[in-house]
Amino acid sequence: MKRSLGTRIEVNSPDSDTVIKVENLSKSFKLPTERSSSLKQSIFNVLSGVKGYKKQKVLKSVDFEVKRGEFLGIVGRNGSGKSTLLKILAGVYTPEKGRVTINGNLIPFIELGVGFNPDLTGRENVYLNGALLGFSRKEIDDMYDDIVEFAELEDFMDQKLKNFSSGMQVRLAFSIAIKAQGDILVLDEVLAVGDEAFQNKCNQFFKKIKQDKSKTVVLVTHSMENVRQYCDHAILIRDGVVRIDGSPEDVANDYSLENARRFNDKNEEVKQVAVENVNVKLLSNDKITQKEKVEVEITYNVKENIDTYVALTFWDIQRGQSLINSNSKALPCKGKGKKRLNFKVNISPLNDTNVRIYASIRGKDGNILSYVLDDDSPTFILRRNDYPNENKKTTDAVLFQRGEFDVQG
Amino acid sequence: MNIPHVLNKRNRVLLAELTRTDFKLRYQGSVLGYLWALLRPLMMFAILYVVFAKLLRFGGDIPHYPVYLLAGTTMWSFFTECTSQGIQAMVVRGDLIRKISFPKYIVVVSATLTAVINMLINLVVVIIFALINGVTPSLSWLLVPLSLLELYVLALGISFLLGAINVKYRDITSIWDVCIQALFYAVPIIYPISMVAESSVMAAKIILLNPIAQAIQDIRHNLITHEAITTWNFISSFWVQILPIILIIIILIFATFYFRKKSKFFAEDV
Repeated sequence: MKRSLGTRIEVNSPDSDTVIKVENLSKSFKLPTERSSSLKQSIFNVLSGVKGYKKQKVLKSVDFEVKRGEFLGIVGRNGSGKSTLLKILAGVYTPEKGRVTINGNLIPFIELGVGFNPDLTGRENVYLNGALLGFSRKEIDDMYDDIVEFAELEDFMDQKLKNFSSGMQVRLAFSIAIKAQGDILVLDEVLAVGDEAFQNKCNQFFKKIKQDKSKTVVLVTHSMENVRQYCDHAILIRDGVVRIDGSPEDVANDYSLENARRFNDKNEEVKQVAVENVNVKLLSNDKITQKEKVEVEITYNVKENIDTYVALTFWDIQRGQSLINSNSKALPCKGKGKKRLNFKVNISPLNDTNVRIYASIRGKDGNILSYVLDDDSPTFILRRNDYPNENKKTTDAVLFQRGEFDVQG
Repeated sequence: MNIPHVLNKRNRVLLAELTRTDFKLRYQGSVLGYLWALLRPLMMFAILYVVFAKLLRFGGDIPHYPVYLLAGTTMWSFFTECTSQGIQAMVVRGDLIRKISFPKYIVVVSATLTAVINMLINLVVVIIFALINGVTPSLSWLLVPLSLLELYVLALGISFLLGAINVKYRDITSIWDVCIQALFYAVPIIYPISMVAESSVMAAKIILLNPIAQAIQDIRHNLITHEAITTWNFISSFWVQILPIILIIIILIFATFYFRKKSKFFAEDV
């Protein structure tokens, strides 16, 4: 029954550049195999030598560091250990092994509006929530007006919380979260709140806080858009291990792909493999200009008598977004046998970019039958020769001009 | 739980805020509101008074018996309210514990503080009744807070200990309910201790070694009538006399250590 302990310490050294340091952090939980939260059951378990629980390792030796002023994104699929990590950072859970050092005043928002009580007024709830986050009445007095103004709830603060709409409640909670004056803000999945106007406001706020070099933010999110927009550092957690610690682009790309693959894994488990040996070959040069066309050859083998078609995606590697999606659904390949298709793609509308070509073979209703792995997908680099150099630098986004998309099958 | 940190500013603010909330919410939505804090024990007193003082004619030889009875029931309600709220506190506030990091003892203390406030209000009523009943104020009244503190420390110790176990084994709540019922008859609240002493002096002595009985009898002695039997005037040996106090100290120390050790895992266990 003895649980080993790691350490979590809070220091306050403004000179140090590192605000969060996680070293060799591990955590596991005991999951009861049967209802053992009764005394009878535990006594029975002890007497009969049954363990009564299963040990689940949630975090396995996690290491990372967050610098002052950084906006860190933590991504990972459900159950990967993100929330456990966050709870350990926030001091809710005790680390089992390893060491967590927090340098500064950390304000955790594992969930918005913790401790909100429907029978208290909006004002009372702000003070209660503030006290839970460690603020004195005086400190909350100072930020109260700011919070209410940001939440746009000036006329409602003396109403009981149960008379607030759910959107209003979330707005209030979110305003406390972001107006709370801490050095380190930890947010779990809380960005998608409020109506569009409020969303824009939050957007503005996060852009501002990103610039502020005295504030550090740790954000757990499933939105790769948020990761790219706000974060300047990201980590991807998979099965309790930090798989990638690097730029938001890398992490977001890998995460999107991981999700796509999981989806496939499941499909393949159920279904017999109907399509195999998918191969993509870049026939054109891997360094080209806008004048040329990208030529791709795809071969695959269909083992059953079904209709298939090829889905082709030109993926911008740096920005992590798809530039061109082919839809050759209108031109399906019928029946069994070896298929060979040739695509010629006009890239003249695109600005300078590095592109990876992903291909998947799909069935009649768009379900993925097979696909090409990351490492086997060809890449090419587009460098326009019709723009002067200085112009290129200012054009950050991929430029789209009117264009055409030729398919020859 | 470093000693200097136990009551630092942040923790004091949180304690005050949680207690305020608890107290505010307790009687929310009832017509009489806070008045219930007074009415409940008064009604219980009325029932006990009719049954035990009028029908069964207990306490015929005790001066100011109605007030004597009221003081006993008030202290008993305080003790039961304190412990049952304290033991439940961690489960009731499980939502907070799972999501925010703060010293867990605050939850227990804030839950019991509501009972303390209720008790203090009731104490005023007891004093008013005592004055109406012809009790003369005396210097010994000043000793009453000491007994109240003793009772509170005992209740707090039990809350810490059983509350920590209750996080994992919810059976504790039910077990404690039964214990409370048994304790009610083991403590001389409705019957005068002199009744027990008449049939067995030994039994009366054992009853008075219970810290709850000791504290309640002390309060009755110091507040209402010096004729009340207490641990101090009924048991002669000093070392036996202080057993209740030693018991409370042992419970408090053990409970604090146990609670501190377990509190690291409340968030995952609750």
